[in-house]
Amino acid sequence: MNIYVCLKQVPDTEASILVKDGKSIQEANIKWIISPYDEYAIEEALKLKEKTPGSTVTALCLGPERVHSALRSVLAMGADKAVHIESNGYLDDQNTAQALAEVIKADSAFGVIFTGKQAIDNDSYQLHLRLAENLGIPAATHVTAFTVEGQKVKVQREIDEGAKEMIEMSIPCLVAAAKGLNTPRYASMMGIMKAKKIEIKKITLSEIGVNESQNKVQLLKLSAPAEKPQGRVIPGEPADAVKELVRLLREEAKVL
Amino acid sequence: MANIGLYIELKEGVFKKSNRELLSLVRKCGQNVHAVVFCADLQPYLPELRGIQTVIQVKGTDLAYQPDRYAQTLADIIAEFKLDVFCGIFSAQGKDLFPRLAAKAKASLVNDCLAVDPASRKAVKPVYSGKLLAEFQVNDERALFTIRPNVIPVEENPADGQPEIKTFPFNAGPVKTHIVQVVKSAAKKIDLTEAEIIVSGGRAMKNKENFAILEDLAAVLNAGVGASRAAVDAEYATADMQVGQTGKVVNPKLYIACGISGAIQHFVGMKTSKIIVAINKDPEAPIFKKADYGIVGDLFAIAPLLQEELKKKL
Ligand SMILES: Cc1cc2nc3c(=O)[nH]c(=O)nc-3n(C[C@H](O)[C@H](O)[C@H](O)COP(=O)(O)OP(=O)(O)OC[C@H]3O[C@@H](n4cnc5c(N)ncnc54)[C@H](O)[C@@H]3O)c2cc1C
Ligand SMILES: Nc1ncnc2c1ncn2[C@@H]1O[C@H](COP(=O)(O)O)[C@@H](O)[C@H]1O
Repeated sequence: MNIYVCLKQVPDTEASILVKDGKSIQEANIKWIISPYDEYAIEEALKLKEKTPGSTVTALCLGPERVHSALRSVLAMGADKAVHIESNGYLDDQNTAQALAEVIKADSAFGVIFTGKQAIDNDSYQLHLRLAENLGIPAATHVTAFTVEGQKVKVQREIDEGAKEMIEMSIPCLVAAAKGLNTPRYASMMGIMKAKKIEIKKITLSEIGVNESQNKVQLLKLSAPAEKPQGRVIPGEPADAVKELVRLLREEAKVL
Repeated sequence: MANIGLYIELKEGVFKKSNRELLSLVRKCGQNVHAVVFCADLQPYLPELRGIQTVIQVKGTDLAYQPDRYAQTLADIIAEFKLDVFCGIFSAQGKDLFPRLAAKAKASLVNDCLAVDPASRKAVKPVYSGKLLAEFQVNDERALFTIRPNVIPVEENPADGQPEIKTFPFNAGPVKTHIVQVVKSAAKKIDLTEAEIIVSGGRAMKNKENFAILEDLAAVLNAGVGASRAAVDAEYATADMQVGQTGKVVNPKLYIACGISGAIQHFVGMKTSKIIVAINKDPEAPIFKKADYGIVGDLFAIAPLLQEELKKKL
């Protein structure tokens, strides 16, 4: 089976994000990581490959030159191929989905596509389902369990407060991973060595007929939200502090 | 004048609270509003839909949520009624439905909006887990938006007026993404993303049984119970309770963090809470920098005291 995994490179979750010129972020001191949900997607893709003889995993990432390091680490974890779609500016979700779809469509034998449920930079929450619609295949998002029997895929996804949906789909299909699906692996030393020899295929947006001038969603402004003023610690013995807290919640904050 | 559509979300037949926020958002912009409700009987929901121009009732024999069918029906409605802007709630179902709808309707979509101006098609949403806000302009023929719960103030006495009622057939076409079963959790839990009050516990809870202390406190407040990732990873709490960057983003009016240090990944999931209360025995814990009110002390002593104090009538 030809398995695909789409991943995005995002700033480390600890990074403080500062705005530059109102429309982009200061990248100078940022450490880049693979978006955490995409890590679950990668792991599930590799597990499926191991269970399905004759399979390959291809990692796909759209972004600037720096995403090579992300693709390199997916190769080190065990992916067979990597494709970098080069894009340097802001590309909206319709265009990004279109670009990824064009690359996957070129392989008439694609099987299961794994993604994350959300990329934690722009938190768009839509690329995965758009990609599936573009490819005309079924898709499930926020997936916490995944099994395959022949051409049938069964997934479990979390909805509200502990409730779960059981979904069945046929391959080809798309699965968007959530926390709980698996525990992502680390690359082995051997994997890292092997990955060095694999060439990352580069595709430009113009080769697939997508470009930023087709963006229909325009980013007007990035700004830092207003910070809360520092709060106060209520002094005193526990019983007194609790009394005062409840009074403040009722009378000052008016939330009770 | 723009034609605005709303997807009114029902959960097991119950009108979701956040629909009122959607209605308040569009009522005040004086445009031509169409509210779409998938139901066999519209009567129970009509009082909520006063002051709206048109209600579109989607009728069918089996209206069970199947994303393919719901997305296709809504795409057909958007085309038929020439809706330029279409809004829904950023709920578990909204997250599943709107991207599919956007692709089918060839529309742009901005999810998780804190503010939307349907007339100019501008929206503000959090990015980088809420570390920044982004303002977007949609220049598409059709714009879709989902709204974060608990953000838009609800109008107390909306304008009156009976809407015109139209019906639309449910698209009961084949389903490729087939929901074969919905398994509910045994415990009746409050939806954290809609909860008005949340009591959360961290690693300090020490075990699963101790979470009962927070559940008792929550019961007095009619609050939901949340957890930090450390508590979830240690299996003191279940994954659906996790608040934070890789858990839920919550937005209550009161968030009480018990034995949570206040790591950035937790904070981004609850920072928009109107009031944050921290209970932590370490006066240096970062959570105190972010909390409106803090008590330094042992949560095992303070949580029960708080419960008692809250029980006292005013
Ligand atoms: C990629 C990534 C994603 C993450 N996503 C999330 C996320 O979504 N949500 C999340 O919460 N975390 C997340 N984290 C983890 C986060 O960095 C912290 O590790 C975590 O939030 C810590 O949980 P905690 O505050 O419960 O535990 P700790 O940091 O161990 O804090 C426990 C606190 O309890 C206090 N305490 C101990 N005993 C008592 C007592 N008896 N009474 C009162 N106070 C007491 C201590 O003083 C301490 O401050 C993520 C991390 C990474 C790297
Ligand atoms: N630039 C990208 N390149 C490859 N995959 C992406 C990209 N952006 C998003 N994705 C995938 O789509 C998922 C959802 O992203 P989003 O809709 O941006 O929140 C992510 O978890 C990734 O798996």
